[in-house]
Amino acid sequence: MTKRSKADWLREVYSRSPEREARFSTVSDMEVEPLYTAEDLGPDFEERLGFPGEFPYTRGVYPSMYRGRLWTMRQFAGYGTPEDTNRRFRFLLEQGQTGLSTAFDMPTLMGYDPDHPRALGEVGREGVSVASLADMEALFDGIALDRVTTSMTVNSTAIVLLAMYLVVAERKGVPWDRLGGTIQNDMLKEFIAQKEWICPPEPSVRIVVDVIEFCAKHVPRWHPVSISGYHIREAGSTAVQELAFTIADGLAYVEATTKRGLHVDEFAPRLSFFFNLHNDFLEEIAKLRAARRLWARLVQERFGAKNPRSMMLRTHAQTAGCSLTAQQPLNNVVRVTVQALAGILGGVQSLHTNSMDETLALPSEQAALLALRTQQILAEESGVANIVDPLGGSYALEALTDRIEREARDYIARIDALGGMIRAVELGFPQKEIAEAAYRYQQQLERGEKVVVGVNKYRLPEEPPIEILRIDPEVEKIQVRRVRERKASRSPARVRQALAAVREAARSGENLMPSVLDAVRAECTVGEISDVFREAFGEYRDPAWI
Amino acid sequence: MRPLRILVAKPGLDGHDRGAKIIARALRDAGFEVIYTGLHQTPEMIAEAAVQEDVDAVGLSILSGAHLSLFPAVIEELRKKGGADIVVFGGGIIPADDIPKLKAAGVREVFTPGASMESIVRWVRENVRPRS
Repeated sequence: MTKRSKADWLREVYSRSPEREARFSTVSDMEVEPLYTAEDLGPDFEERLGFPGEFPYTRGVYPSMYRGRLWTMRQFAGYGTPEDTNRRFRFLLEQGQTGLSTAFDMPTLMGYDPDHPRALGEVGREGVSVASLADMEALFDGIALDRVTTSMTVNSTAIVLLAMYLVVAERKGVPWDRLGGTIQNDMLKEFIAQKEWICPPEPSVRIVVDVIEFCAKHVPRWHPVSISGYHIREAGSTAVQELAFTIADGLAYVEATTKRGLHVDEFAPRLSFFFNLHNDFLEEIAKLRAARRLWARLVQERFGAKNPRSMMLRTHAQTAGCSLTAQQPLNNVVRVTVQALAGILGGVQSLHTNSMDETLALPSEQAALLALRTQQILAEESGVANIVDPLGGSYALEALTDRIEREARDYIARIDALGGMIRAVELGFPQKEIAEAAYRYQQQLERGEKVVVGVNKYRLPEEPPIEILRIDPEVEKIQVRRVRERKASRSPARVRQALAAVREAARSGENLMPSVLDAVRAECTVGEISDVFREAFGEYRDPAWI
Repeated sequence: MRPLRILVAKPGLDGHDRGAKIIARALRDAGFEVIYTGLHQTPEMIAEAAVQEDVDAVGLSILSGAHLSLFPAVIEELRKKGGADIVVFGGGIIPADDIPKLKAAGVREVFTPGASMESIVRWVRENVRPRS
């Protein structure tokens, strides 16, 4: 029998089969072929793939992956007062969650105390309100900080919230070298997508580097940055853009920190990542595998990393909030399951599954529990965690992995040509690329080229309501009262002195972390310390590109 | 007749501007004059921009749950600044129960997730008239 090529098969056999669409593409609009074969993998396939736990980590960062230990189930939670969120934390831990993840409200993320006029209507609404050290203590009351790892989704005020966490640990007698966890602290992503900021890009990156440097020396188990593609995807990017911009952000932090005088191997092992898990199953698995390979290669190529841990891309992932629908919300449970499965097959270290009600409000307790149970069923009933990288070697998946890596590299080359990511952000390059992709996708939806079940196809004339979480308007009053009481009970001289020291460090360029820690010990608030940053570095305004 | 002028605005602190930007572009592509405020706007800033730019309508987008405080505050500020006849509509993550409250406060229409660009453009065509 003569060997037949893929092209022959496509021409001789497949061309006679009618197809149901004129064009097949992923949710990111990447056109896909009807079939992939060994021909698509090309030469050096085995080398690109490698083994799990070995460079270039395509098949996973650890040799045993989930056979050794399951991923951390880290549900993102936060609402109302610190006490409200503490109750939700304890409930999730009792139900088998294995790590904490804190959602802060908008005023906390933007550096405004609850009594600031700009906080009106926002306190405790989209996350928990934390303005003072007392709030932070209440948030982690009764939780053993040396036994559970904590992630905090906070960026422009990350240095302050980390300092608060460290001081809470200090007061509980837990040494800093026993604290494990992550602060998001990814400001470049904020300018690109999430858009909670205080100061312009340059000083913002300087603060990030201060935290990286401080943690490398004093909080060795902490992840000082979680380089985040999640929000880039939520803002409407494609999978390739998500990957490319995230990796480019990571490279910018490594570059800025090495310029400070640290060697890449001194801090890169503690950098972590955060990706989105959208609906397109194979594209998402391929994206995660490409991410690991791309990071491993670039860190080695560009910074001469020697420590294998510097090259390992370890990542948290969250199912795509933007993929969920307000229509027929129960369908979201199915979407989340498929997305979570993609994360697991993609080899993530930590996972959040969204709740079905998130397009309506913050998760109710029942919806949050179901989301956690979804992970537990996948982990303990489905069997997918029992084989390392079970889809490795699939022609289609490997071809997609190669292609996503290649296209992301092209984007990174464009960013390099602009002068690096900080400059590209100042020019609005990633912002415009994402807005363009978001608009294109919306047009595809409205033309029916992309289907969202229950929204542009299979609609119901009427929908039964589901139970949703309401935030008590009292929360704002409680938090305003509490922050005012804390401010009244402090030593004004000590506060003045501590804030002056932060201001001085901001001006002189010395690492800000020690003075921010002292300010927190003097009970300065998130808003007060952020005001010093606003004063010293200037405020950043939205460029309002459309 | 001159084209309608519409201000698309993001009140409050949340940075989720995907929806606002998509709607701004869709309205522009439909032939309206569109001004986008950018993020993190206070009600005063939005009303000021609306009156200064002499717009016929203001479209507000909010996701953080602060709509019950901020939408009525924008309408109140418009009244104070002589823009009481500017049509205000909005959208975002807004529970069904809150929609009647927002309408009672003067918000003319509320679009929730899944609303098409086309339906919003159509609504503007049918419900907004140039201010005299």
